[in-house]
Amino acid sequence: MTATPEATEATPTIVLVGHGMVGQRFLEALAERGMTATHRVVVLCEEPRPAYDRVALTSYFSGKTPEDLSMTDMEFIETHGIELYVGDPAVAVDREAKKVTARSGQVFDYETLVLATGSYPFVPPVPNKDAQGCFVYRTIEDLLAIEEYAKTRTTGAVVGGGLLGLEAAGALKGLGLTSHIVEFAPRLMPVQVDEGGGAALLRTIEEMGLSVHTGVGTQEIVVDAEGAVTGMKLSDGSELATDLVVFSAGVRPRDQLARDCGLTVGERGGITVDEQCRTVSDPHVFAIGECALASDGRVYGLVAPGYEQAETAAATIASDEAAFLGADLSTKLKLLGVDVASFGDAHGATADCLDVVYSDSRAGLYKKLVIGRDGTLLGGILVGDAEAYGTLKAFTGSVPPVKPESLVLPAGAGESVQLGPTALPDDAIICSCNNVRKGTIRAAVTDHQCTTVPEVKKCTKAGTTCGSCVKVLGQLVTAELEASGVEVDKGLCGCFSQTREELYEIVLALRINTYQDLLDRYGRDGAKGGDGCEICKPAVGSIIASLAPTIGASNYVLDGEQASLQDSNDHFLANIQKNGSYSVVPRIPGGEITPEGLIVIGEIARDFGLYTKITGGQRIDMFGARVEQLPLIWTRLVDAGFESGHAYGKSLRTVKSCVGQTWCRYGVQDSVRMAIDLELRYRGLRSPHKLKSAVSGCARECAEAQSKDFGVIATASGWNLYVGGNGGATPRHADLLAQDLSDAELIKLIDRFLMFYIRTADRLERTSTWLERIPGGLDHVRDVVVEDSLGICEELESLMTAHVAHYADEWATTINDPEKLARFVSFVNAPDTPDPVVGFVPEREQIKPDLPLLTIGHRPLEGSAQR
Amino acid sequence: MTLAPETTDLKVELRLNDDWFAICELARLLPGRGVAALLPDGRQAALFRDRAGNLYAVDNRDPFGGAAVLSRGLTGTHQGRPFVASPLLKQRFDLETGQCLDDESVRITTYAVRAA
Ligand code: SRM
Ligand SMILES: Cc1cc2nc3c(=O)[nH]c(=O)nc-3n(C[C@H](O)[C@H](O)[C@H](O)COP(=O)(O)OP(=O)(O)OC[C@H]3O[C@@H](n4cnc5c(N)ncnc54)[C@H](O)[C@@H]3O)c2cc1C
Ligand code: SF4
Ligand code: FES
Repeated sequence: MTATPEATEATPTIVLVGHGMVGQRFLEALAERGMTATHRVVVLCEEPRPAYDRVALTSYFSGKTPEDLSMTDMEFIETHGIELYVGDPAVAVDREAKKVTARSGQVFDYETLVLATGSYPFVPPVPNKDAQGCFVYRTIEDLLAIEEYAKTRTTGAVVGGGLLGLEAAGALKGLGLTSHIVEFAPRLMPVQVDEGGGAALLRTIEEMGLSVHTGVGTQEIVVDAEGAVTGMKLSDGSELATDLVVFSAGVRPRDQLARDCGLTVGERGGITVDEQCRTVSDPHVFAIGECALASDGRVYGLVAPGYEQAETAAATIASDEAAFLGADLSTKLKLLGVDVASFGDAHGATADCLDVVYSDSRAGLYKKLVIGRDGTLLGGILVGDAEAYGTLKAFTGSVPPVKPESLVLPAGAGESVQLGPTALPDDAIICSCNNVRKGTIRAAVTDHQCTTVPEVKKCTKAGTTCGSCVKVLGQLVTAELEASGVEVDKGLCGCFSQTREELYEIVLALRINTYQDLLDRYGRDGAKGGDGCEICKPAVGSIIASLAPTIGASNYVLDGEQASLQDSNDHFLANIQKNGSYSVVPRIPGGEITPEGLIVIGEIARDFGLYTKITGGQRIDMFGARVEQLPLIWTRLVDAGFESGHAYGKSLRTVKSCVGQTWCRYGVQDSVRMAIDLELRYRGLRSPHKLKSAVSGCARECAEAQSKDFGVIATASGWNLYVGGNGGATPRHADLLAQDLSDAELIKLIDRFLMFYIRTADRLERTSTWLERIPGGLDHVRDVVVEDSLGICEELESLMTAHVAHYADEWATTINDPEKLARFVSFVNAPDTPDPVVGFVPEREQIKPDLPLLTIGHRPLEGSAQR
Repeated sequence: MTLAPETTDLKVELRLNDDWFAICELARLLPGRGVAALLPDGRQAALFRDRAGNLYAVDNRDPFGGAAVLSRGLTGTHQGRPFVASPLLKQRFDLETGQCLDDESVRITTYAVRAA
């Protein structure tokens, strides 16, 4: 669990007003950037329930419950310490005092205020518009009310034949009402489709049994003596009998709160913001989603642009660069039975463009493509058959590799071509809701070992919003898998058919935080429900430990089930030696130690009679401790301020340093300080194999940084970062990853590099072998961690931020836990009797193991012959 | 473990010769990890409990290195059989038969064990 930053004056507060789809995405973007760890985040949510999927609202009528529609994982809210006030809208903002007042009377100080108040349905000012039986179609509460009212009625009418109006009409029909649509424009969906498309649409809608009245306005709602709706008067003088009216005549930005506190709003509404989604009036206030008037002068009524704005605002608040410059308005109607889609320049507004139209009124088909003079696909409209939507939308802006007309002709009609998404360029956008490119989806399969659409959805977020791209997604995944050839058993061990990397992705995506859960759900058939093995237990234990704060596991490796997974050394937080005694290695960050520290270590080693040696990693190892002595030794070390050195763990070992600029006449940077900073940052980080590092103060390289997993060498203008070095049996010189980095850049790159390694390496694969194995090698790693080619750097950084924030010394935790200490005994039935096999003899004024003692086991005992 | 609540005062017992020798409370055995016990004749046993609640006991001594450390090894199942891997050089021993899975010629003593 993330500790909520105490709400002190020092903690900057972000207040989000409105917990709709865009607000929720904003919170996720904040969390991904680690901002929730450093900020107090307050959310004022007007509706009686936290954010839900408004886009899928209508699916309530096909059986989805409000819970199914929820987009809010309460665990996410809790883990990130977000204060969410449901049913408590903001009522006033005092920008001068930087305070927001909620309806409940609570007042919140803010450093940053984000308005995500969405829209309200526009209700034309016709007489009796508020009569009993008049509804709008925006919230779950609206739907519940319509459903209740419709139970005892027979006819319903929708005012407005746009996208939402058609959805609402479909819903009314689904509720068993005779349904009418009244649209002022001469055709349905006037924004998205042209006349031809409107005609085809009309036919299909009428065939579904809905009555459509186009070109007429609503003049008055007719009510009975009790004030309940009985009909409506139309502008052509006719009257339509109906029991229920749903207004769906467009939406207006909810900008009243902003107006009231003096923020600039557009002529036709919408809070005016710049490219960073910051209000033009106040640098402390942002507006995102449907309430915002974007810098391109538009108010976007779709969720995808809202999401992009949410990401932009979060990035800006986190001082990253981002901008929202506008978005495309492609849509696909999800109404059952009618396929309507429009994308790009659907109305052919581009100068000099040409049309390709295929129309079959009998079949209710209408397809139009807008093509530029040079053959570029600019946009189009599909009615009756929107199969090609995903592919066409992705091709928009480029010249498709086949003749455009062949793309709209029905199958079997001569020139028709089934152009698979494999023909798309890598940078084509497949999922416009979440802005996911084809390259990212392919990488999900090739680099992240996703093998199914659900895995790819989790990995890339593609397909998780409106769902219209899922089909193309499936095709891409299949194609990519096929291209990667025959399946071989790359499984981790006899218990799991997945690789370590796949298990990592599963654990992270599904927030699985116990080994048993993972084994029982994802283990091989014979292994489910079993005990696992010595290969996968520590490997999964390591994955869980690397991701602990993010997946909601304990950050203490001996907590609960985690204790049973750890390798033997990790279980005792010490390194076993050949006679069953242990070595003790306190952390000495950067190799720097005070005389007092040396004296404490000396005293402890003397009092317990331990053998002492300076290690090859610039620290001190004390050998010969009995298992029952470990807690006593560590109590003294912890009291003196020492921490575990993780000499036993597949985790960060040491960051060696040279003395550097402070003393050395050649030094150009403070290598000791940087080594200490790095060691403290990455201490305790569990990884596929051990991690070593070093920092040298100049090119003479006294710290041997180029033999380390990540090595740093000072330059006159900053730091050079080397990765993939190794000593040991197969030495490898590290490769230069990036040069002349500032302190912050260096740390950011190392964060990304390490987390990318932890995510994708095999078990017991050092960075050197990993770098040689992965496709693309160093160049690929550079693309990913420096250029962010997979778009995962934010996540990598936030995972590391979470690790750093939750680090705690495991020895300090252990000596304060009597239950854990009970394990550090020689014998469970004779805790005070030392193991007779552990003995020592003198050598060079210290001790060494008494090896002959180890042979006593050979003495055969009478009466217990070996079976 | 489902066994835990009603078995809190159960004791783990080893059969030595013809008697049952009490070692410790069952609750001291964490599924998947072992404990060492000192036997009256000076030998040591390593006791384990698996996820299903089954108990196992073998000699604590690693026959390859000589140290009494098998109780500290990782356990698991291999082809349906329970084993412990030595923390020294990782050889695995079948917990039911004592047979070393990585060296046919080596087998360690096993003990009958029960919770009573
Ligand atoms: C104590 C120490 C030797 C010493 O007395 O100086 C040492 C001791 C061990 N090394 Fe080492 N290595 C020690 C520095 C090194 C170094 C030098 C360095 O870190 O600068 C190297 C070469 C650098 C490198 O790793 O790239 C080194 C390369 C190895 C390797 C080979 C790794 C490889 O990738 O090839 C192993 C074997 C392994 O990890 O699989 C190993 C394994 C071990 C193990 C864990 C062997 C074992 O299983 O018992 C030893 C643990 C001893 C213990 O109980 O603490 N040790 N070992 C050094 C501890 C440094 C520290 O303070 O943490
Ligand atoms: C039926 C339906 C179908 C749709 N289909 C699609 C589609 O297929 N594709 C598509 O892209 N888009 C679709 N949309 C539009 C999409 O839902 C919106 O673009 C999206 O929800 C906008 O998100 P938002 O967070 O800006 O606003 P909302 O989701 O409206 O959230 C704003 C929230 O702020 C709250 N709020 C307002 N004022 C305050 C206050 N003072 N204090 C606290 N809280 C406040 C509101 O109660 C609301 O919960 C559809 C919308 C509807 C209604
Ligand atoms: S690497 Fe450079 S700065 Fe560091 S000790 Fe050697 S010469 Fe001095
Ligand atoms: S395009 Fe909407 S979810 Fe992908």
